[in-house]
Amino acid sequence: MFARQCCSVALLLSLPAVGRAESTFAPVVRDVQPRMVKIYGAGGGRGLEAYQSGFVISAEGHILTVWSYVLDTEFVTVVLDDGRRFQAELIGADPRVEIAVLKIDAEQLSHFALDDAIDLAPGSRVLAFSNLFNVAVGDEAASVLHGSVSARTRLAARRGAFESAYDGPAYVLDAMTNNPGAGGGALTDRRGRLAAVVGKELRNKLDNTWLNYAIPISEVQLSVEQIIDGELRPQPDDPDLRRPAEPMTLALLGIVLIPDVLAKTPPYVDDVVAASPAAESGLQPDDMILFVNDRLAGSASDLKNALSYIDRIDEVRLLVQRGQQLVEVSLFAPDE
Amino acid sequence: MKRLMMRSAICLLTVLAALPAPAVLADGVPEAVLAAERQRTEAIARAVASAVSVFSADGNGGGSGVVISPDGYALSNFHVTSPVGSYMQCSMADGRLYDAVIVGLDPTGDVALIKLCGRDDFPTAVMADSDDVRVGDWCFAVGNPFLLATDFQPTVTYGIVSGVHRYQFPAGTILEYADCIQTDASINPGNSGGPLFNARGELIGINGRGSFEKRGRVNVGLGYAISINQIKNFMGHLRSGRIVDHATLGATVSANEDGGIVISNILESSDAYRRGVRYGDEVIRFGGRSIGSVNGFKNVLGIYPRGWRVPLTILRDGKERELLVRLSGVHAREELIELVQKQTAKDQQPPHGKRPDKAPGKQPGDEDEPKQPHGPQAPPVPAAIAKMIKERTGYANYYFNELSLERVWNGCRTDGDFSKFGGRWKLAGKSLEGDAVSFQLDHAESSAVVPAGESTVAVGTDFSEQLGPTGSGGLLASFHIWRRFLIDGPTRIGDAYYLGTQPLRDRKGLYDVVAVTFDVVEAHLSFEPGSGRLVAMEMFPELGQDPCEVYFDTYREVQEVRLPHRITVWHGDGVFAELELTEIELSPTKEAT
Repeated sequence: MFARQCCSVALLLSLPAVGRAESTFAPVVRDVQPRMVKIYGAGGGRGLEAYQSGFVISAEGHILTVWSYVLDTEFVTVVLDDGRRFQAELIGADPRVEIAVLKIDAEQLSHFALDDAIDLAPGSRVLAFSNLFNVAVGDEAASVLHGSVSARTRLAARRGAFESAYDGPAYVLDAMTNNPGAGGGALTDRRGRLAAVVGKELRNKLDNTWLNYAIPISEVQLSVEQIIDGELRPQPDDPDLRRPAEPMTLALLGIVLIPDVLAKTPPYVDDVVAASPAAESGLQPDDMILFVNDRLAGSASDLKNALSYIDRIDEVRLLVQRGQQLVEVSLFAPDE
Repeated sequence: MKRLMMRSAICLLTVLAALPAPAVLADGVPEAVLAAERQRTEAIARAVASAVSVFSADGNGGGSGVVISPDGYALSNFHVTSPVGSYMQCSMADGRLYDAVIVGLDPTGDVALIKLCGRDDFPTAVMADSDDVRVGDWCFAVGNPFLLATDFQPTVTYGIVSGVHRYQFPAGTILEYADCIQTDASINPGNSGGPLFNARGELIGINGRGSFEKRGRVNVGLGYAISINQIKNFMGHLRSGRIVDHATLGATVSANEDGGIVISNILESSDAYRRGVRYGDEVIRFGGRSIGSVNGFKNVLGIYPRGWRVPLTILRDGKERELLVRLSGVHAREELIELVQKQTAKDQQPPHGKRPDKAPGKQPGDEDEPKQPHGPQAPPVPAAIAKMIKERTGYANYYFNELSLERVWNGCRTDGDFSKFGGRWKLAGKSLEGDAVSFQLDHAESSAVVPAGESTVAVGTDFSEQLGPTGSGGLLASFHIWRRFLIDGPTRIGDAYYLGTQPLRDRKGLYDVVAVTFDVVEAHLSFEPGSGRLVAMEMFPELGQDPCEVYFDTYREVQEVRLPHRITVWHGDGVFAELELTEIELSPTKEAT
């Protein structure tokens, strides 16, 4: 008797699930949207939208997004799904996997747990949540697009064609997910389970086609954890921390940055002194310095601060962005 | 590898076995999947039958549309019909090409109503309640992208609803997309004006706009559809053949520090001001929706035609007040006509005058769609169709105003032929308080005796100055016009036109409205759909003044005609009087001497 009851209950539960499995994604969408955020920062010119997307990854306000020029400002604003606005702190980034982690001062937020993220097989149906085109403002919900995974492949960073700093594994999608402002959005499966971060816009310069891709969570999770654990962050400017008696300087390396006029001037190389360590390492004008010995150089002052903690006799490893390529160089200051 | 395959096969079987028994067919496709497929193909087949591909008569432009009534009324976009003109040709999936004419235009909302000719049994789309649409629902667009439907077969693109209640700024044009539905179904140039259906094949919106920026004019996964609920509100107005205006509250709102939406500016001439709305009041609800953002407020405003009254709840000093406010027009009458003329001139400019899908200047970075070679000269409009096109200032097609006016007048006359009672009308009765009232209505002059005193109105002197009885806002003038309308009808009373449909205070549904200009005042007479009975009138003495509202109830037969015996008069925020008529005497028309 009891067994039969169980059976009929199971039947009741499974029937509608089968019959209406595809009728709407509305419950899934409603479940995911509270975890999505709108991010506003630097930019504003044509083709340089001052907004992007992100999603909450901890109840305490950690937010995962893509690493981009939008974050090149002291004033990054995060707007939650319920319309609450926060000034966000960029706590760390990993340009190699194109992600950054922001932190806002909030609690008990709906969030994705990265540990629960799933992998997707080609052909999987996906939903892409983002604030593409900044369609939603305030408490308006993020947009959602649907599609399928066309392939899981490496993003071939081909010069002159699809130029991307990221060349690791990615999901290529058949939906128009990677629009202005969509970078940092969440790619989920049809049940709303997190699978990937929607990438930036990626255009083929040869034929003006656009590639829609997302970076699997499994590729970024380690970096995110490192950032939350205190790595891949700028060197803290801590008076209690001992500095070397003879610290490293830009001048010793032969690096001239563009004038530091903003609160967060991106550390672009303006000039490389001839025959200097920088010149020998192959550093070039217009390179943007991203990391100094695994310390994030979010700005010229971050970079100078990080150097001030490096002894002048030690190695300096720089990760720079040259065009759309990441280049790592190693430098030593000349002997005195 | 083999083992892996085995395992997955076993897994699959286990999953299938767990499904309810009848789920698997011989070919291994679960019945539920087949049922869903059948459902989808049936919904699409139904929907496709009602879709229209719009082509300009010279074959040089066009867009999409959808038929909504068996006699051929169809919806499209203003920016589709604007370059095409009053006469167009529409193909349907039945393989036939139908002549069509423009009916009405809502330029701000980017909606056009057209009428296909030649049948009274067109397949039609069933309209859904678009407020029930949820993000994540499946939907599909049917239309004529890139004007591909030269074989008369429309294109179907499937997607999901990406957002609802979206607000899109006018961005340098008059086209404003308020409260629209966002979809990732492919919307391309040529899809404009075409239907967006829900998974059941019911009409939820009219596609009209995309976010096209740096990628050229092709789908970028983001299209907008005008919600069908908004169009339902405008439908009566569109059928009037007029160029219809959108509405403003006469006040602007902004978000305060706490996220509340407050009145940041208000015109003293607005109805909202007269109803008591003041600077700093917080808007709690508007049009039955909670308001949490400026866009939310604009969304509500965007779905109503000018002149409608909409409930508004404001918060002041911790107390909520519910008001019924009348919306005024966004544009001055001449301004709207001028804007439409300018737009049309621009759209119809040779060469390649057609830009069927270009919401003009709407987005920076828009690129022109591929140019098409100049087509042959437009063929002449067939004679039968030419009869259905009447130009008049302020109208998209005056022919349809005459049609509606005739329909409403015929409906009104089911209560009797009043033309034979062209003499004096004597009405007597009492107010709710038991006071005696009487009215004598005649051609040149009318008079009233009420407890407050006597009053008169005389033809030839300014009606806006004769607003007795005191406090009524012009009840006697209203009665005077009422009698004249019943005797003369809309064509003989002077300047009358069919306005469209509007809701009435404390009543459900929408009512046909005829606007009459009499002397210097304007009266709006409301007729019940179905019965055709005159149930209310509003007499507006002047802009910026409250009308006298008269509600007619309890019709009874008097001398072979039927007249109301219970009359409620509103002015401003309250009831002026409730009258019960006990004696009505109608004198026949005097013989001409």
